[in-house]
Amino acid sequence: MSTGLRDWMRRGNGLVWLSAGVLAFAVLMIGGLVGLIAARGLGFFWPAPLVLFETPAGPVLGEVADREPARGGEPGRIQLRVGNRDLFGQDFRWYPESELRNPTLPEDALMVERSEYGVFLGRVKELRKDGLTVSTGPAALDEALERLPGARKAQAGIRAVEKGEVGRLNTALEAIRLERKALERRPDPARQPQLDAREAELRSRYADLEGRLDHLRAEAKRLTVLLEAWDGQVKEMPLPQVVRLVPSNRLGLPGKLKVYASRLWEFVSDDPRESNTEGGIFPAIFGTVMMVLLMSALGVPLGVLAALYLREYARDGWLVRAIRVAVNNLAGVPSIVFGVFGLGFFVYTLGGSLDRLFFPERLPTPTFGTGGILWASLTLALLTVPVVIVATEEALAAVPRFQREASMALGATKWQTLWNIVLPGAMPGILTGLILAMARGAGEVAPLMLTGVVKLAPSMPLDGTFPFLHLDRKFMHLGFHIYDVGFQSPNSEAAKPMVFMTTLLLLAVVVALNLAAIRIRRRLRARLGGSTF
Amino acid sequence: MEIDDPRPVAEPLGRLSAAVGTPPTPQLRLRESPLAITDAAVLGAPPVLEVRNLDLWYGPQQALFGIDLDVRRNSVLALIGPSGCGKSTLLRCLNRMNDLIDGVRIRGQVLLGGEDLYDPAVDVISLRKRMGMVFQKSNPFPKTIYENVAYGLRIQGERDRRVLDEAVERSLQGAGLWEEVRDRLDQSALGLSGGQQQRLCIARALAVRPEVILMDEPCSALDPIATGRIEELIFELKKEFTIVIVTHNMQQAARVSDFTAFFWLGKLVETDVTERMFTNPRQRITEDYITGRFG
Ligand SMILES: Nc1ncnc2c1ncn2[C@@H]1O[C@H](COP(=O)(O)OP(=O)(O)OP(=O)(O)O)[C@@H](O)[C@H]1O
Ligand SMILES: [Mg+2]
Repeated sequence: MSTGLRDWMRRGNGLVWLSAGVLAFAVLMIGGLVGLIAARGLGFFWPAPLVLFETPAGPVLGEVADREPARGGEPGRIQLRVGNRDLFGQDFRWYPESELRNPTLPEDALMVERSEYGVFLGRVKELRKDGLTVSTGPAALDEALERLPGARKAQAGIRAVEKGEVGRLNTALEAIRLERKALERRPDPARQPQLDAREAELRSRYADLEGRLDHLRAEAKRLTVLLEAWDGQVKEMPLPQVVRLVPSNRLGLPGKLKVYASRLWEFVSDDPRESNTEGGIFPAIFGTVMMVLLMSALGVPLGVLAALYLREYARDGWLVRAIRVAVNNLAGVPSIVFGVFGLGFFVYTLGGSLDRLFFPERLPTPTFGTGGILWASLTLALLTVPVVIVATEEALAAVPRFQREASMALGATKWQTLWNIVLPGAMPGILTGLILAMARGAGEVAPLMLTGVVKLAPSMPLDGTFPFLHLDRKFMHLGFHIYDVGFQSPNSEAAKPMVFMTTLLLLAVVVALNLAAIRIRRRLRARLGGSTF
Repeated sequence: MEIDDPRPVAEPLGRLSAAVGTPPTPQLRLRESPLAITDAAVLGAPPVLEVRNLDLWYGPQQALFGIDLDVRRNSVLALIGPSGCGKSTLLRCLNRMNDLIDGVRIRGQVLLGGEDLYDPAVDVISLRKRMGMVFQKSNPFPKTIYENVAYGLRIQGERDRRVLDEAVERSLQGAGLWEEVRDRLDQSALGLSGGQQQRLCIARALAVRPEVILMDEPCSALDPIATGRIEELIFELKKEFTIVIVTHNMQQAARVSDFTAFFWLGKLVETDVTERMFTNPRQRITEDYITGRFG
């Protein structure tokens, strides 16, 4: 061996290169994964050109979705997103490459995003009011584009009334029904007429509201568009049912950017449509964030207290060591096992008892005796507690002994020392535990499926109706959403980009939560160790 | 063994001792020396702390052997001896900090005002309030300067802002730190210099008004100027408190202490008035250690 090489080895250069290489490999894999997800997800919102092909069976308009090159004896194939599910039966279709000829980009080609049946590809034939033609051809498209925002706003107004006022009336009526049920067991003659009067009043308000809604709905239906597919089939639909009109082929870059931004915004801020394959995923984002916060609020105190006893008070012996081993191994228990435990203990046992004790009038409809965000968060809290315990123990051990002694020498009790000196000193380490726990908890799906997640939650666990925080409600979750949209969807082809986008958002949520915790930790560290000698 | 180079007595100290001390009693001046002169009043003062036949074991290993020692009121007692001879151990016996270490066994008595510290009826917490402690490495809490000093009172349940303010100012003044930090009380104590941090730790100990202050090599991490300031401070403090200080620095022991006790291998070899100890030690080994001919 030459002296140069030996010297190189002696300095450990080989090891440095090895470790750098391994790190680069890890970064590359993670970057590649995130990049793939981002590219497949984010590209979905970009308005693609609408291409018209000649086929033996007639003209076909569609977005090119996928391409399979010729292999062996198989000819190449092209997948088109043709839309018009209500007319053609399916959104996506494969064509042999040889059958698609003469591609053109017609100026008047249009993608209509609808609140039902997915997209429509074709052109606007007429705009009608009360069944009478207002305008035709390209002029109709322009006018439809102009009138669409107003129509959408009216539609949103109807939705708001349905969700808000009608919802409130329903809640009030339900409360009366429950009180009546309670009265059956403990009759109170004075209360009965009061309830009757109140119910009558609510019902009359309900009828008023129904009338107003009917009027609004009828008003919204007056303006309709007549759409024509390229094969000549036509379809008339009320303008408010149109979500977006995208004449991709005639849009310039600014126009496309606008469409992109609007689609992205809809995705993160709106409710899902069409069994989750369209629309937004806001409830899932909200549910995920809330579940993670609840989980942290429940799990971190649990873990910190356990670690505190284990490290500071328990006498070191075989029992403590056994517990430590058990805690560490708890982290390796499959999460579905926690889910089963959550279902059996939290939902059925605890929840069932709560229902019998506090909500007997609602039975047999369960309140807490069924999956809900509280039970899901508790289950995940249990799942992540080992991480918190381990991190906290390390952090407690790292608080310098001389600080404890200084406190004790001033006459502090052990508990005062722990509370005033040791815990604040261990806070950054505890936050590290929290960060790890959040990262683990946010991505878990299996235990949630047993303890309270649903594919579509009618209402959110935090809203404007008293008592605002509804811990008994089921909720939506990004992780479960990925599974549901990707593998349980009737229209999996259309859902594919949604899966990538949802994954990207789940990553973003986890990163955002972690960054928040890291910020707090950095501030704490600065306060604890700003040593300047 | 580490013994610092001889260096002249810090200038202000001379003035101070002249200001503080009553005129030196001639019969004590066995030889002309630049050493601080022990007050006659201190020699006759009643003992605050009496250590009686104290043995201590760390597990199976004995660290202190039959120690007998008195600490007189308003005096400074220096504990000297080579590394590992048990000085810190003895010091920590005086406020029962050794209780925090597993496997420590103690036999014998430590009397504080005639009361045995190791009596089962004694409340360790209230005992530690009577014995302030300053450690070798300055160890302020990672809190503000104000909170550091107020800590001892806060844990006793003091909430009154005026009482706390008053105690913080008094203690910082007592530790000679007030002028330097009065404008930055709400800043982190970790931003102070090493010497300032050590004086802050002294202030923190003073805030709870202890009777005795125990110092374990308080200057070993400080430069000569910061050391000089602490020594001045010790001179001031002994008017009000009784001080036991561990030091490896013979000059320091000679400068600040009234009495000196020399330890070797866990045994108290001899204890005497500082001047006598440094000028005319009874044991050969003491003389070797003091003059640096040891080992
Ligand atoms: N926590 C402990 N556990 C076991 N033995 C200890 C412990 N602390 C000290 N000892 C032992 O007790 C003896 C006395 O130690 P001590 O710290 O009191 O010495 P010291 O005189 O303060 O030394 P130094 O001048 O180096 O600080 C030493 O032999 C030491 O090894
Ligand atoms: Mg020591």
